Amino acid sequence: METLDRTPLHGLHLDLGAKMVGFAGYDMPVQYRLGVLKEHLHTRAAAGLFDVSHMGQVILDGAAPEQLALALETLVPVDVAGLKEGRQRYALFTNDAGGIEDDLMIANRGDHLFLVVNAACKGADIARLRAGLEPQGVTVRPLTDRALLALQGPEAEAVLARLNPAVRDMRFMDVATVDLLGAECWISRSGYTGEDGFEISVPEAAAADLARALLKAPEVEPIGLGARDSLRLEAGLCLYGHDIDSTTSPAEAGLGWAIQKLRRAGGAREGGFPGADRILTELAQGAQRRRVGLRPEGRAPMREGVTLYAEAEGGAALGQVTSGGFGPSTGTPIAMGYVDAAYSTPGTMVYGELRGKRLPVEVVVMPFVTQTYKR
Amino acid sequence: MKFTEEHEWLRVEGDVVVVGITSHAAEQLGDVVFVELPEEGTTVSKDDEVVVIESVKAASDILAPLDGEIVEVNTAIADNPGKVNDDPEGDAWFFKMKIEDMSDLDDYMDEAEYKDFIG
Repeated sequence: METLDRTPLHGLHLDLGAKMVGFAGYDMPVQYRLGVLKEHLHTRAAAGLFDVSHMGQVILDGAAPEQLALALETLVPVDVAGLKEGRQRYALFTNDAGGIEDDLMIANRGDHLFLVVNAACKGADIARLRAGLEPQGVTVRPLTDRALLALQGPEAEAVLARLNPAVRDMRFMDVATVDLLGAECWISRSGYTGEDGFEISVPEAAAADLARALLKAPEVEPIGLGARDSLRLEAGLCLYGHDIDSTTSPAEAGLGWAIQKLRRAGGAREGGFPGADRILTELAQGAQRRRVGLRPEGRAPMREGVTLYAEAEGGAALGQVTSGGFGPSTGTPIAMGYVDAAYSTPGTMVYGELRGKRLPVEVVVMPFVTQTYKR
Repeated sequence: MKFTEEHEWLRVEGDVVVVGITSHAAEQLGDVVFVELPEEGTTVSKDDEVVVIESVKAASDILAPLDGEIVEVNTAIADNPGKVNDDPEGDAWFFKMKIEDMSDLDDYMDEAEYKDFIG
């Protein structure tokens, strides 16, 4: 049996009575004592603390900032050179076929770029960065001595400001170096829940003390991967390997917003990233299939893999559900998936086949809940 | 009360058997968000999938524990699936069935045996 890695908070999870599962090679908490439903609702009502230390943290340095940014632009279809110091941006690693190899965050921290990548992809991402950037004079430094915590929810700012009031000045997608309990933390005002909140990179030796201090706040509960998934689904955010993968393009995935005009056809730094031909053509002309929000009409959840049809009987498949379940905040089943572009307009009725029966599903606008980012 | 290896409990009430899931099963499932019950009057065979139950985590089935006829279903849990977590061995029963031969129940575990079974 494969042994699972542990994050610096593994002991804390066990102390808190977490139910642990293997995820992306790590032994991770899927839920704590509250359970998925209450953890989800608590995050939206107050604040939730997540251990996301399994994710990859990578520094790019060794060259002038402009050179670092332009080098990274050869791997991602976003404007990195225009990202101001102290700001973060969502990005995608693409492949030559125009598919998505991973999604990530890029922060400009002055003399270096700081990347956060998905746990399951981090080995491949680091190899891709080394192969693509080292020949351009960039040093790729995966960090293995820092944990990553996320504090999410409407009370996150108030809780974190008790440790350092400087965080109140941050806006959505700002990044800053902030002292928390004597540890040098790299904080971004962002997250994966649709709520206001922070992601905190903390030296591993200080991580458990910081987590325990945050959990002492009456507003904060520990939140496992189960609620992390339902929170991000309600927020309409993609899960790599499910809603986006090496075969889905940015236009198909509805992620065109992440590709600034400057990297598109006619832009100052047009193309120059893997798969640019397909990606730019699809952005200009539209994709054949589209990722959409789905709202099953009944009460039965439609999960990943449910086939979607145009008609209640007969006809060819339109696509599939890629993520789905019950939305604790919406109180209804919710899902996302891919359909032929002709069926992607909100309000279109399609059918999902569940246990041999086709049940009506409405194509809807995402997110399913209102985002409350502090802009 | 009798128990199945599928974590159902069976309680005899007059000439019918009431079927639900155990507290252990409800805890393992997590928060239940959807229950689909059979039609009253349905004739079922042992091990037929008669109920669909979905938690925030996954979908699972409840099997008919015996041959017989579904005579009543608990619509309250279809309307409010969270009841299954609140009171799995009380108010949140799933269905009542009429069976031919009550002695068929003897094949199932008693409470002490079930406790050993779930360790």
